[in-house]
Amino acid sequence: MKHIISVLVENHFGVLAHVSGLFSARGFNIDSLAVGETDDPTVSRMTIVAQGDDRIIDQIMKQLNKLIDVIKVQDLTQEEMIERELVLVKVTATPASRAALMQIVSTFRAKIVGVNPKSVTVEVTGNESKIDAMLELLRPFGIREVARTGTIAVSRASELSTNGKDVSSSSSSAKVSKKSKTKKSKK
Amino acid sequence: MAELTGAQILIESLKQEGVEYVFGLPGGAILPTFDALYDSGLKLILVRHEQGATHMADGFGRATGRPGVCIVTSGPAATNTVTGLATAYMDSAPLVCITGQVATHAIGSDAFQEADVIGITRPVTKHNFLVRDVRQLTRTVKEAFYIAGTGRPGPVLIDFPVDVSRAKCEFQYPKEVNIRGYQPKKTAAPDSEQIEKAAEAIMQSKRPCLYVGGGAVASDAYKEVLELVDKTGIPITTTVLGLGIFPETHPSSLRMLGMHGTVYANYAVQGSDLLISVGARFDDRVTGKIDKFAPHAKIIHIDIDPSSISKTVKVHYPIVGDVKPVLKELNKLVKDKRKQIKDWLTQIEEWKKKHPLKYREGDGQIRQEYIIEKVGELTDHKAVVTTGVGQHQMWTAQWYQFSSPRSMITSGGLGTMGYGFPAAIGAQLGRPGETVVCIDGDGSFQMTMCELVTASHYKIPVKIILMDNGHHGMVRQWQELFYNRRFSGSQLGPSNPDFVKIAEACGVFSLQVSEKEQVVPALEKALKHDGPVLVHCKVAKEDNVYPMVPAGHALDQVMDMA
Repeated sequence: MKHIISVLVENHFGVLAHVSGLFSARGFNIDSLAVGETDDPTVSRMTIVAQGDDRIIDQIMKQLNKLIDVIKVQDLTQEEMIERELVLVKVTATPASRAALMQIVSTFRAKIVGVNPKSVTVEVTGNESKIDAMLELLRPFGIREVARTGTIAVSRASELSTNGKDVSSSSSSAKVSKKSKTKKSKK
Repeated sequence: MAELTGAQILIESLKQEGVEYVFGLPGGAILPTFDALYDSGLKLILVRHEQGATHMADGFGRATGRPGVCIVTSGPAATNTVTGLATAYMDSAPLVCITGQVATHAIGSDAFQEADVIGITRPVTKHNFLVRDVRQLTRTVKEAFYIAGTGRPGPVLIDFPVDVSRAKCEFQYPKEVNIRGYQPKKTAAPDSEQIEKAAEAIMQSKRPCLYVGGGAVASDAYKEVLELVDKTGIPITTTVLGLGIFPETHPSSLRMLGMHGTVYANYAVQGSDLLISVGARFDDRVTGKIDKFAPHAKIIHIDIDPSSISKTVKVHYPIVGDVKPVLKELNKLVKDKRKQIKDWLTQIEEWKKKHPLKYREGDGQIRQEYIIEKVGELTDHKAVVTTGVGQHQMWTAQWYQFSSPRSMITSGGLGTMGYGFPAAIGAQLGRPGETVVCIDGDGSFQMTMCELVTASHYKIPVKIILMDNGHHGMVRQWQELFYNRRFSGSQLGPSNPDFVKIAEACGVFSLQVSEKEQVVPALEKALKHDGPVLVHCKVAKEDNVYPMVPAGHALDQVMDMA
């Protein structure tokens, strides 16, 4: 199953290599990885889309947590979230096909952001299924180039804070003990 | 306040961390640091090869629980540390390695003796740092020692560019560490609710078995493990890295489990209904075929590293925490089980009687098992023992009968041949006044024997018991059993050097043993000798280590000696 994992990391040199190195060393697959600074310039957020069964995702979460430069890890798939990806698609456009193309663009609330005699470049944002559907419809026109940002996501309700680590994966058995611990400290 | 150079700041920082010995070898990019080291009061142990420096620091760390330190130059020196770092990483040994680096402006230009050390060592260190600004240096050193020595310990590398070592700033050593992403104290604190559940499971179990590993050693939980066993009467087996955490002379000891573990330890694990894993990580050499491992058992797993839990086997009662405090709490909740599990204990006694460890005798050849048994007796099972990797290592695990903590220092995870001798040097410096014995094989020893010079120069009184069977014995064993006796590349005999002469040439006293009767007198002489010794033992050439569970088999599918 596909999981979207949000990771807050120290914003310094080498952190991306640490995270991506972990995935390659342990044989985990990354579908996409997007990184950017947060409102706190010392912290970056990585959004990682990875595939795997519960055991693998559990290991990914725990191994990420183990990295010294990782501040917080959250499996967003476990909660209500908003996910988006931005894609630029350059599509072949002839005078004859332009009208049909425009129709698809407006149906998907996408934008034409570049035009030249032989092609147009479309910008579309959305979740994975929307993007896939749009690309499917554009394919017959002739897709010349695609650039995707990779998914970024946030939880609708909870926020990832930078105060200390916690694992919030669902299947994690270790989490059980951690949760009860936080409960206790509140008492 | 006067300004110091980066190199001086590094040395002062090491002093602040209580460092006494530094294992290393100089070179271009680390020259300013060696210059600062020269009259600093820190003691340099100059090695002959950087791999040796890392194993020494590792041996020091395992023998004391405090990070060992090595300092080497950039490029080839740094790449020579990789094996040592990986060895320490696999076995969670605390170590701080400082490598010189080319000047910051030259990084990435393929400069002379440049290597991407941060990139190369990333997968074999717990963490690594590149110091780009001298003002970051003290904090980096403080964090490096903190990370190496706390939580699940491990090696940490600091890459130290030569221009940073020359740059100046004020020296002020931080008092505290605060790393947002690393708070081992939080994970180390035990969770009472989980411990209560585990205690309940222990009290209800009919066939419980303790399985204890290196995590218990790292946690210094010797007393707590002993108390748990004495209080409940539950039988206990250890991994190779767990050896020493529980006296093997104790009646509840099942000794080591796994591929070359005792038959009764493996039977006990396979027959148990509750396996209590304490600071062990279910390595494949321990579990054998994973889906046939402990098939009837519920599993309690106590580990400081959450990622160890349910990594290879499904755990029913996970407890994330430091072994020592967890066991302290657990010991309050458990009671004597001897009556309740009487049948189980009787069964185990039967297995012990039926399948004892044994070795061949009477054909005039010297058996490694015999020598190791005698080393055990002559040192009262209390020496610090290091080993290389292979047959002699497994026989040491089987026959020494470890009885004190931090007494078995061996490369269990990575299986690094050549580890034992330099590790013994480090261990000896960490535990002066104690007997340190390196039991090594001819194959392993030749990988790092250049450090004979180091032992001799600094008069480090390690006792090397060299088991010379003229083979890569474990390779030979596998070829005999699984490769149709095609001994490809496993024969050393024809080309082995004269080890006695080599030792003597390096200034190390040495003894030759070629008859069984010579074993005890030679060992006695070696143990009494005030200085490093090499005892060259010409042992049986074609012995196999038994019992053996062939790779990929269940633990109860044991090949034993006829």
